[in-house]
Amino acid sequence: MNAWTAAGFQILQSVFVVLAAPLLMGWVNQCRAWLQNRSAPSILLPYFTLAKLFHKDAVVARNASPLFRATPYVLFGCMWLAAGIVPVLATGLPFAPAADIIALVGVFALARVFSALAAMDTGTSFGGLGARREMLIGFLAEPAMLMTLFTAAFISGSTQLTTIVDTLAHRDFALYPSLAFAAVAFLMVLLAENARIPIDNPATHLELTMIHEAMILEYSARHLALIEWAAAIKLFAYMTIGIALFVPWGIASAGDWHALPSAVGALVAKLALAGAGLALIETLLAKLRLLLAPEFLSSAFLLGVLGMLTHFLVQG
Amino acid sequence: MSVPFSTQLVNVLAALLLLIAFALLSQRRVLTLIRLFALQGAVLTASTVVVAWSTGYSDLYVSAGITLVLKVILIPWILHRLIDRLFIRWDVETLINIPTTMLVGIGLVIFSFALATPISQMASTLTRSTLGIALATVLLSFLMMIVRRKAVPQVIGFLAMENGLLFAATTATFGMPLVWELGVALDVLVATLIFGIFFFHIREQFDSLDIRHMEKLRQD
Repeated sequence: MNAWTAAGFQILQSVFVVLAAPLLMGWVNQCRAWLQNRSAPSILLPYFTLAKLFHKDAVVARNASPLFRATPYVLFGCMWLAAGIVPVLATGLPFAPAADIIALVGVFALARVFSALAAMDTGTSFGGLGARREMLIGFLAEPAMLMTLFTAAFISGSTQLTTIVDTLAHRDFALYPSLAFAAVAFLMVLLAENARIPIDNPATHLELTMIHEAMILEYSARHLALIEWAAAIKLFAYMTIGIALFVPWGIASAGDWHALPSAVGALVAKLALAGAGLALIETLLAKLRLLLAPEFLSSAFLLGVLGMLTHFLVQG
Repeated sequence: MSVPFSTQLVNVLAALLLLIAFALLSQRRVLTLIRLFALQGAVLTASTVVVAWSTGYSDLYVSAGITLVLKVILIPWILHRLIDRLFIRWDVETLINIPTTMLVGIGLVIFSFALATPISQMASTLTRSTLGIALATVLLSFLMMIVRRKAVPQVIGFLAMENGLLFAATTATFGMPLVWELGVALDVLVATLIFGIFFFHIREQFDSLDIRHMEKLRQD
């Protein structure tokens, strides 16, 4: 495999993730509408929304600092970088050594800090409220996420995501109780980090409950479009991390063009299932009160720790 | 993979047992507690069957059958009837801060894993690694009995502890002699019945199943 093929794979994956992320969002929304007996919007609706927002004129508060303007680009950049590191279509990409799982969590944390700062920047009460809530969720979700990733890292003996996936995808069939714990913990973190239902409702603008939406209330037009797009890529990245850790079968390795169509097919099938599952979870569960969120996330942390301990005890 | 499949299966079931022990610890609703307890019994039955099938000890099938009838069907049914008769169906119990309890629980798990590791390194049975989990389940049930204030969850904690002990017995030594097991099973059943009678007496005396009332001495 020469460097150019690998670079081609990297570019292909990055472009694929950015273009496919709104589609996943549309699919989740569509499934949710079906499950709630509503007539579903088009699966392409997120693209139309993005196009509409990009054509509008941006309005920025008079007292907003440059940080406020820069944040959408930082968010988008962070998420795109994360999507380049995660082995979505292939392992062994040239970007992969740039960051291991700890740095990956750091990239997500960077995005979170910037969005919280930007939310407080304009000095509105909603922004500050949303930022505080986001940091509350974030500081509890992060250790749980790390514990989950550590469990997988212990099994494969590396913190490089691509090595983990290589090890897990090409092993003999074995039941790992520790990975089962980690999978449940990861699911809980995914729900919390992506502002999905037990923690936050992505479809509400009710001031008592919103977290993510409260932070981006001041944004409009292209800034809002970038933030929405970044949120879609974040959901995509989290889902692909989950797929990479817990159901990694069918992934190609970089430079192997023949395995690519089947890798894309497997990924689309897994993502369709994961999106439908997410919609099902969101339909079945009710939103938790904000004060119960720490309990939810500490359970996730507990499951992550239990997974790690179980790994040491039963070696698997 | 050098570990045989049945061992992996027992390990997964053991992990599930531990998970249910934590769920019992954190659950507020009495009805869900009983369902979780029944589920724990079902997992225990499954693990006993797997051990019996992989080792060929036919006594363990009988033990699994007893567990199934008693812990999955009969005792949950008795408890259901009890809470129906006592009108505590939707009782929500306030616990001392659940995250703290969970952290104490993690401490207990680490303690029991550390305790069991040297033992399992010396053992050579196929299920040696589950001893720590069984010990942790027992200790977590103890913890549940300590932190709960109402009588019914305490009894469920007691029964869950028995589940943990039975799991330790089946996986570490492939079961106790059948006579003992029958005796223990009967004991548990009788204990549940007696607890049921106690519930009614406590209720009559104090108008509540909160056992804090029992700490007050009567002033004559």
